[in-house]
Amino acid sequence: VIEEKGVKMKLTVTDTPGFGDQINNENCWDPIIKYINEQYERYLREEILITRKRKIPDTRVHGCVYFVPPTGHWLRPLDLEFMRRLSKIVNVVPVIAKADTLTLEERAEFKQRIQEDLKTHAISVYPQEDFDQDPDDRALNDRIREKIPFAVVGADQEHQVNGKRVLGRKTKWGIIEVENPAHCEFPLLRDLLIRSHLQDLKDITHNVHYESYRVRRLNESNRP
Amino acid sequence: YTQLLFFCQFSDSAGYVGFANLPNQVHRKSVKKGFEFTLMVVGESGLGKSTLINSLFLTDLYPERYIPGAAEKIERTVQIEASTVEIEERGVKLRLTVVDTPGYGDAINSQDCFRTIIQYIDNQFERYLHDESGLNRRHIIDNRVHCCFYFISPFGHGLKPLDVEFMKALHGKVNIVPVIAKADTLTLKERERLKRRVLDEISEHGIRIYQLPDADSDEDEEFKEQTRASIPFAVIGSNQLIEVKGKKIRGRLYPWGVVEVENPEHNDFLKLRTMLVTHMQDLQEVTQDLHYENFRSERLKRTGK
Repeated sequence: VIEEKGVKMKLTVTDTPGFGDQINNENCWDPIIKYINEQYERYLREEILITRKRKIPDTRVHGCVYFVPPTGHWLRPLDLEFMRRLSKIVNVVPVIAKADTLTLEERAEFKQRIQEDLKTHAISVYPQEDFDQDPDDRALNDRIREKIPFAVVGADQEHQVNGKRVLGRKTKWGIIEVENPAHCEFPLLRDLLIRSHLQDLKDITHNVHYESYRVRRLNESNRP
Repeated sequence: YTQLLFFCQFSDSAGYVGFANLPNQVHRKSVKKGFEFTLMVVGESGLGKSTLINSLFLTDLYPERYIPGAAEKIERTVQIEASTVEIEERGVKLRLTVVDTPGYGDAINSQDCFRTIIQYIDNQFERYLHDESGLNRRHIIDNRVHCCFYFISPFGHGLKPLDVEFMKALHGKVNIVPVIAKADTLTLKERERLKRRVLDEISEHGIRIYQLPDADSDEDEEFKEQTRASIPFAVIGSNQLIEVKGKKIRGRLYPWGVVEVENPEHNDFLKLRTMLVTHMQDLQEVTQDLHYENFRSERLKRTGK
């Protein structure tokens, strides 16, 4: 549970070690799909009880950050398969990981190719076009959609730059400042996930993904 | 006639026969004949293999590159693409063949992806064996793979299962030189850690990578030790020239600085290039004396039955 200015948030981070590491990665997305559906199932069970809890414990996955390796080429078959399947049941936020190995030019080209790939394969990542509520939302989300996937670099060490302490990676050729928008798009990702669209991620999960699951389940149980 | 002159010059000094001139004769003949070398590169897409090869030999082996999208990659199996280029430096000609292996490790299921590669290497051995056993042996072309650069991804924490399987399957057929690609994504500490992990895993699995021979008396022992200690080499390649301090050098320009390919403080590129160039002869010899002989005796044993 983390707290900021009096606002408490219970944050759950689910990691998926081993994903895509094997020689044969067929169906490596199955355990992940299973986990997500299990959370929906849990919520559904609570929701259909006769005497329900006031606040149903919500363990559903609100956002799935998918790390694309910075090859600079296209999405890999594994990336496409995974995102295709998962964007149907959860909000998928693809990011270009370890982006400090791409120059700005390479980054722009890579992003464009990824966007093309996603469009060609009809993969709908967050923020999904279909769920824009009103023209304002649409305008805001369009701008985000132009820039995804965000090229991010992560760091948990601080260094001294121009008299300030910054989070970054220190190399012989310079310091990559993680929170500097000229260096990487980490601030954009953070703003999206936390500062602006946190509630929206939860809403879409509840109103769209969970509802689809619920409808599917109820239809299943209605069939003789 | 230069040999004769040399001979005459020293024929007066006592105890001097003149066969000390042999290396010069060999040198002249080799230079006239030219050298051949076949280098194979193996690694997942997007690890900078082509860029590195271009940087190493200062050529553009892949001018009009077409990078296939994922949909095409799903259908593709591993291809073998050999490109030959004749390069010359100070009168010495080198016929360099680079064997690329696009498609390696791309598919979701990479179970069989190195079978094609093993077949290719065996085929070259087979061809050489056939030529060597033939009646006319004047112009045997050596297309055997003398060295294989295996590209390890810097984005993981060591070797992947595929890396281990590949190297175990091929260390008895070709000289494997492991290379950590796109090293500009690693800090110095991360690089050292990754190198140690890779070496540990290599020894854990009994993988035999190419060993640098001990330094000859005329070679720099310390330099050799330093080179040996840097394996696997963590390298960066670049096809672009950037201006740094008034000079144009190969490098990669980032908002936070310039990574210089030929700067030993930035990466091991120079070490890799020096190692390759000074050991071309040894790589060929080990291929001939060890890998090829292994293949040959296995083959002859099989057909003997």
